[in-house]
Amino acid sequence: MRKLATMLVALMVIMTTGWAGNAGAASKAIVIDGSTTVGPIAKSFASYFMKKYKVPVTVSESGSGNGAKSLINGSCDIADMSRSMKPQEIAAAKARKINPVANVVALDGLAMIVHPSNPVRALTEAQIADIFSGRLNNWRQVGGPNFPIVVIQRESNSGTQETFKELVMKGRAVVSGAETQASNGAVKNRVSQTRGAIGFVGLGYLDASVKKIAVNGVLPSAATVKNKTYRLSRDLYMYTNGKPAGVVGTFIDLPNTPDGKRIIQELGFVPKY
Amino acid sequence: MQNSNGMIDDGASKQGRSSVFIVSARKRKLQKISQKSGEATLFLIASFVAIIVLFIFWFVARDAVPFFDSLHTFREFFTSSEWYPADDPPRFGALAIIYGSLMITVGSALIAVPMGILASICLSDILPFNVRQYVKPVIEMLAAIPSVAYGFFALVVFAPLLQNSGGPILMWAWWLIATPFLLLMVIVASELLTTSIAKGAMKKTAHLGLILILGALALLLLYFVGNHLQGLMIMSGTNALNVSIILSFMALPTIVSVSEDALQAVGRDLREGSYALGATRAETIIKTVLPAASSGILAAVILGIMRALGETMVVWMASGNSSHIPDPWFNYLESVRTLTATIAGDMGEADQVTGSARFHVLFAMGLILLIVSFVSNLISERIVVRQRKVLSGQ
Repeated sequence: MRKLATMLVALMVIMTTGWAGNAGAASKAIVIDGSTTVGPIAKSFASYFMKKYKVPVTVSESGSGNGAKSLINGSCDIADMSRSMKPQEIAAAKARKINPVANVVALDGLAMIVHPSNPVRALTEAQIADIFSGRLNNWRQVGGPNFPIVVIQRESNSGTQETFKELVMKGRAVVSGAETQASNGAVKNRVSQTRGAIGFVGLGYLDASVKKIAVNGVLPSAATVKNKTYRLSRDLYMYTNGKPAGVVGTFIDLPNTPDGKRIIQELGFVPKY
Repeated sequence: MQNSNGMIDDGASKQGRSSVFIVSARKRKLQKISQKSGEATLFLIASFVAIIVLFIFWFVARDAVPFFDSLHTFREFFTSSEWYPADDPPRFGALAIIYGSLMITVGSALIAVPMGILASICLSDILPFNVRQYVKPVIEMLAAIPSVAYGFFALVVFAPLLQNSGGPILMWAWWLIATPFLLLMVIVASELLTTSIAKGAMKKTAHLGLILILGALALLLLYFVGNHLQGLMIMSGTNALNVSIILSFMALPTIVSVSEDALQAVGRDLREGSYALGATRAETIIKTVLPAASSGILAAVILGIMRALGETMVVWMASGNSSHIPDPWFNYLESVRTLTATIAGDMGEADQVTGSARFHVLFAMGLILLIVSFVSNLISERIVVRQRKVLSGQ
């Protein structure tokens, strides 16, 4: 019995000191949460930042919606978002005395991707909307082989999904049989493995395992996104509480530095400035 | 008593006394206090666990009830399969999602239950003891693999495999499972059908003929179903079948472990009694051991099914998450969405931030899951208790 009691006390001591230790660390480090699209930029920035300024940075990717939520709850310093904050979110933040400020990190194109074996090269926005709303369900209908289309969308917490719905669907509902994946990586993975699949990812996720589709005759690339000829493009944000200052300010300023621009370009995104 | 004796010994030897029974009043008091405080701590921890369960119920129900504030939303939730929580106005038809949960639970049970029960019979009654010692821990190790690892496997390895060679895989699976089963059926059926015929040459020929006819029928069945399965095209590997198979592996260790314990609990006496009456091993297992262990096995099955129903990561990664009822309704080759995956996937948007209904609907789903698993747990608990009573009564 005595042993047990000692052990319990020891356990409590360890737990309380552990918590205290955590709390101490959190105030110094930069905590980032949010979009899986912005995630790669945040992660590369983080490793660059940690090397240069010796400040620990943690990056989690839970979707733009979760990022906004974390910022509002005060559990992160920077919320990565691939869409702008909604009025309701801003209202909720204000109610909690948090003042979300949008900082544009980079530009991104929303690339439509299909399986590499798919001969279809180009689609119009209207065709994409028809495919995702279920009106077209065979590749034959858009000039491809006689093969059913597997539509892949993102979870509703995804900023990429919201951008897609806003830019392409324009109020139409995505077909209920559409597969739903939780991240850009998962969409790319599924499309690269599924013959009939079509999905959408951020520019940074394009590689040889999937085939990008020209939209309204324009292929997504850094150049076409920057000169606005590629229609499906958007700003990527890092939201902060108030105007970023201190280490967070230095971090947010990275896209304006030459190294930051290089990192953004290397990842396949487009620097804003 | 042993504990306090030990302590007394300890104290006595330190002080170099000869008698072990003399203890100072102070020491006895200390002992009592430490004993009481230890008991109190343990009681606190135990009641804490119970309180946690109550609190979970309370908090989930508190946020779920507001969703059902009108009959309209209630009806829509259970009868419509239009799940568009982000639209304006949002539609919260969860029928397809509830159906998806049901579908993969049934699917995984169909695979895991027969497999698990047969494996546990094999472990308890057929394998020699020293082999069982190694096999059981290996099966139980399936439970130690984190679910995200299963999900990753299902998404990255199993789904493409199903897409690229799903037909042949299904065909081989059908042959492997159905051949021994049909063979057994043919033998047993021909045996049963000829029992009424008197002994002699007549019986022998009838028996042989029946085996041939039934065997031919079975072969035809094997061939045609196999052929049909081979011709199937699987459009997307992230579907209900994929998840059902993976979930059945995850449910297996629970089912095997618990039902094997139940079979062991039947005991030697009953088995030896059965053998003494001239029963064969098959008869002993089927007619004596299984009925005696049936409630324990049922409890194992319920526990295994709950494992499948509550699993989130695997279904979220590999079920495809499309909120529709497959067409036709038993089509396991289409993707489905489950309650658990919907809660995980929609939680990000569903805060107080984006309005209440979207937040509360997820709690309503959680409440459904909670109630189902709570009731099932109660039932299996009841069953186990009853079995213990029956066995100890004998």
